[in-house]
Amino acid sequence: VGIEAGINPTDHLITAYRIHGYTYTRGVSVKEILAELTGRKDGIAKGKGGSMHMYAKNFYGGNGIVGAQVPLGAGVALACQYQAKNEVCVTLYGDGAANQGQIFEAFNMAALWKLPCIFICENNKYGMGTSVERASASTDYYKRGDYIPGLRVDGMDVLSVREATRFAADYCRYGKGPILMELQTYRYHGHSMSDPGVSYRTRDEIQEVRGKSDPITMLKDRMISKNMASLEEIKDIDAEIRKEIEEAAQFATSDPEPPLEDLCN
Amino acid sequence: MAATRLFLRASPVKSSLTGLTGGVRGSLGLTLLKLSPDCTAQPTAPRRHAAHFTFHPDPVPTQYGPTQKMNLFQSVTSALDNTLAGDPTAVIFGEDVAFGGVFRCTVGLRDKYGKDRVFNTPLCEQGIVGFGIGAAAAGATAIAEIQFADYIYPAFDQIVNEAAKYRYRSGNMFDCGRLTIRSPWGCVGHGSIYHSQSPEAFFAHCPGIKIVVPRGPVQAKGLLLSCIADQNPCIFFEPKILYRAAVEQVPTEAYHVPLSQAEVLQEGSDLTLVAWGTQVHVMREVAAMAQEKLGVSCELIDLQTILPWDTETVCKSVVKTGRLLISHEAPVTGGFAAEISSTVQEECFLNLEAPISRVCGYDTPFPHIFEPFYIPDKWKCFEAVKRMINY
Repeated sequence: VGIEAGINPTDHLITAYRIHGYTYTRGVSVKEILAELTGRKDGIAKGKGGSMHMYAKNFYGGNGIVGAQVPLGAGVALACQYQAKNEVCVTLYGDGAANQGQIFEAFNMAALWKLPCIFICENNKYGMGTSVERASASTDYYKRGDYIPGLRVDGMDVLSVREATRFAADYCRYGKGPILMELQTYRYHGHSMSDPGVSYRTRDEIQEVRGKSDPITMLKDRMISKNMASLEEIKDIDAEIRKEIEEAAQFATSDPEPPLEDLCN
Repeated sequence: MAATRLFLRASPVKSSLTGLTGGVRGSLGLTLLKLSPDCTAQPTAPRRHAAHFTFHPDPVPTQYGPTQKMNLFQSVTSALDNTLAGDPTAVIFGEDVAFGGVFRCTVGLRDKYGKDRVFNTPLCEQGIVGFGIGAAAAGATAIAEIQFADYIYPAFDQIVNEAAKYRYRSGNMFDCGRLTIRSPWGCVGHGSIYHSQSPEAFFAHCPGIKIVVPRGPVQAKGLLLSCIADQNPCIFFEPKILYRAAVEQVPTEAYHVPLSQAEVLQEGSDLTLVAWGTQVHVMREVAAMAQEKLGVSCELIDLQTILPWDTETVCKSVVKTGRLLISHEAPVTGGFAAEISSTVQEECFLNLEAPISRVCGYDTPFPHIFEPFYIPDKWKCFEAVKRMINY
């Protein structure tokens, strides 16, 4: 959310597989996202992509092979530079993927050709079940761009993320080349449905983050304490959102699956 | 919340709810579908409850000593256990192998043999295989795991250009024959594009490596031990849908099933069926259907080793029956069936009663929701049998 607030809809974004949120912020409706999750024809990828593969205008997915999307992002940034429309490409990857060789290849090309690419490492401290200390020789992910300047941002604070993204986007738009951001965040659930998420970390750790650093709670508290919103207004927003999601869920379970002709199209 | 989890739970390998699982890597999907207690949305689309095959266990082997009930991942663990016990240079590495692996193939090994022999690597397939080649060349029995066969492509260069050609280009001065790469393979019911692939054909085009695919626990353990012992770099693909579904009595001691020897599972006189991995079990049913409904006697062959493959056994069979049907999940164009078909028509041309038939996956990426239509199920194979008999 913070990232989207810091860029324009005409900018570009690409990430790996944890994409449902990005699909939404890039303009796709909840209905279409849930329908795609359940493999229906009105899903954003016509039901053929599923959870990992959702796309939209200026949102390039939705990529299953982690790390592979980073050179793609650099390529999109090249197109931005070539077309001179003052657009940037936000290229995201995780702490696990940060050890893929192709990411460093992308860094080199982006820096060499001064591509307007914002590389963002979403560090949620675990690559599936492996903690960052056990996977990376250097866990300073914002420094791993070496010759690419990097900043570390509190990924749990929406406003920090927005400001950092604005800064990064301006940097790129001025033609100074790529920039790297590390967003420090957390993952509450396990990696996937086969991962309960507690065999490699304690429940206490999860609860602590939920209690102290949850982004939504933090923003809510801040808004209330600064009188920007009242508790009732927030409750209303909550109720509205709940209704929207339930309608979308209903749609997603009742929409028909894509027709067989689509198999080879 | 708990109710929703239960509703959507799917173990990675068993027959499962398609459609509603949204792929294995969908953790945010769980959050979004947090329905309030009074929302009783019921799916209206039919759900799949059965896998496309029935596993047929091998008879209990009697020549290798005492046996124990094991499923496929346990038989793999047993093979690795035997290896680590008997070979002090053996090491196992890959993503998440230390805690036991995402498919439980390496459970208990780190505790038993130590963290310098069973260790995790970062997320870097090219690095994993390259590292494995080096370790093998330096004298270690290196067993690398690539978490899903779908992720093996970053390591393609290492396998094809480095591993396969090491002995050849160094004039036998160096080799990485002590390298074995293991990887979960094939469709699983809900794997979609990146958790279902069968890439054996890509590697079959590369002289210098061996490729093996077992059909069940007894074969898996014997074949894996043979791969580890073999003096060439080997890729061992494990059908992930069989990890829990396939249960057999497996010898606890080490034993070897020879490589490059296809196995005739069932003798027949009218038609030869060739398959490997999970598809062997589909073909067993096809053979039964053919006998029952058409009175056709099929000879079923499990190829087991894809490269180098046992041309003799297959050709001998086709000379006898005159008809050949080859089936695999991988897309038909350029799939390994094409190679078998080509060689057999060269060797057995005058014996053929009908054109060689291939029933394979379609030429599309492995689908998400369309999986049941995509895979070469028993009905498609049965149709092919009918066509060949009536040719």
